[in-house]
Amino acid sequence: MSEVVIKYENAAGKQNNTTCQDSITCNLEKNIFGKIRIAAHSKSNLAIKILIISLIAISTIAFLTFDYKEINFAEAIMATLHNVKTVFLEPALRRDTVMGVAYQLFVTFCLGMLATIFGALFALICSLFCAKNISHPAAATVIKSFVAVVRAVPTVLWVLIFAVSAGLGSVAAVIGLTFHSFAYLTKVYAESIEEIGAGTIEALRANGANFWQIVCQAVIPATLSYIVAWTFMRFEINFANAVAVGAAAGAGGIGYNLYMAGSMYFDLHEMGFLTYVVVIAVIILEVISTKIKTIVR
Amino acid sequence: MVKDKQTIFQKRKIAYFTVFSSILALYILSSIVTEFKLTDGVMAFPEAASWIVHKFVPDAKAFTRFPKIMDRLLETALLSVAVTSIATVVAFIFSLFGSRTLKSHGILNQAVRMTAAFFRNVPDVVWAMLLMFSFGQNILTGFLALFFSTFGMLTRSFIETIDEVSSACVEALDATGANFAQIVFQGVIPSTVTALITWALYMIETNIRSATLIGILTATGIGYLFDMYYKRLEFGSASLVVICIVVLVIIIENISNKLRKVIS
Repeated sequence: MSEVVIKYENAAGKQNNTTCQDSITCNLEKNIFGKIRIAAHSKSNLAIKILIISLIAISTIAFLTFDYKEINFAEAIMATLHNVKTVFLEPALRRDTVMGVAYQLFVTFCLGMLATIFGALFALICSLFCAKNISHPAAATVIKSFVAVVRAVPTVLWVLIFAVSAGLGSVAAVIGLTFHSFAYLTKVYAESIEEIGAGTIEALRANGANFWQIVCQAVIPATLSYIVAWTFMRFEINFANAVAVGAAAGAGGIGYNLYMAGSMYFDLHEMGFLTYVVVIAVIILEVISTKIKTIVR
Repeated sequence: MVKDKQTIFQKRKIAYFTVFSSILALYILSSIVTEFKLTDGVMAFPEAASWIVHKFVPDAKAFTRFPKIMDRLLETALLSVAVTSIATVVAFIFSLFGSRTLKSHGILNQAVRMTAAFFRNVPDVVWAMLLMFSFGQNILTGFLALFFSTFGMLTRSFIETIDEVSSACVEALDATGANFAQIVFQGVIPSTVTALITWALYMIETNIRSATLIGILTATGIGYLFDMYYKRLEFGSASLVVICIVVLVIIIENISNKLRKVIS
């Protein structure tokens, strides 16, 4: 008879001895169910496990502590289904003309466009001083923290904050939308600049190129496709945000029409029509943006 | 050679000029349509900045409301975590049937993709207003509105992830005769878990911001508190709400950045 002793230390990978002797004994690690453990012990597996357990725990706490205000759940669901049917299956336009809606959609489109243009412009300049490989590390840290704070404030709050001094209207909407776009784009532009190979920049530096020469000859050509792709993605987000801001802050465009139909006139049919218009517009933008991404690459 | 170089530079000049002028044209068109005046924007900016510095700071009254704000903030944070966790699970199950890699039935495949596209593209404000009619000023209004948009977004991302990451190991498992459950648990989940968690963490961050917006519309959570102080012109308290949101978002962002580094 032969004995097989397997010393199995997989994560560290130090030992992997197999000795054959008379009787068979296996020292394989087993879990609580008696199964042989086949996955490696690693920090990332542990982190994933802890994260999943804590997400489940937090969700459970959330559901236990929510104030449901004694809602009749079944009744509410039935009412919701009925409303969903009205909105999505019986859309109709009663208070406005098709041209009027198209114009409001165009206004929303233009609000998103203005915010994207301004946001991209400022973000492009700011990201140059924010990318660690071409800028001073201290400056990069300061700008990155500032941008993180700006990004943490929801868009609608920016619009409402600016509306106090600028008045509710396109100015407040554009400035508010621009703030969040600027912060978001600065982060993603800086990340794509940081991905440029260190060799390119070093070579230019060794040649005695100054900061702007490095920017024009290395940074912009290398990152252009990413910048265009991100900017278009941001435009899609800005369009959706412009709808939301129009609804929640009364900043104009089709979002405001939606808000009026839903919360003032309680006209679900009109809400359905406007929703379809927005959905079609979003899908068209998505298709265009995918096309542009493939062209740029 | 010299001529070639000239044409390259000329071409580049023309390209830059075209891009620049089309952006300018878009800007002018958009400003006319939205009645946006750059001068107004520039003028409003310093005024708004000085207003923020002088008036939009927490006052003594705001700090007495701090416990109430924290209470609502915690509610909103719990809401966005719970929404994202449940949406992740549901979206994952849906994405299994929407992915081409797992060779589910063609009609099912298309149906899942269409459903996801529908939920993703209907704005969350529409869901919020629609649910307001039936659920009223209830936390479930915000929960469901966020759930629908998160679900749509995550399903699309998960389908893409599964198609990108797992095709090789799904094929290998398929060849060994593994059944659907075995393929999912031994192939799809282990190979995509990192990406799935990265998406879920990203959605938690996004949902806290969206929850504020939906809160304003449906009068729940932290958004309602901000809206109430804002409309009563109690800007000190409103600013404290904003500061609390910023701190929460930054804490969550940092935690998820650390986790992402450990996981990948």
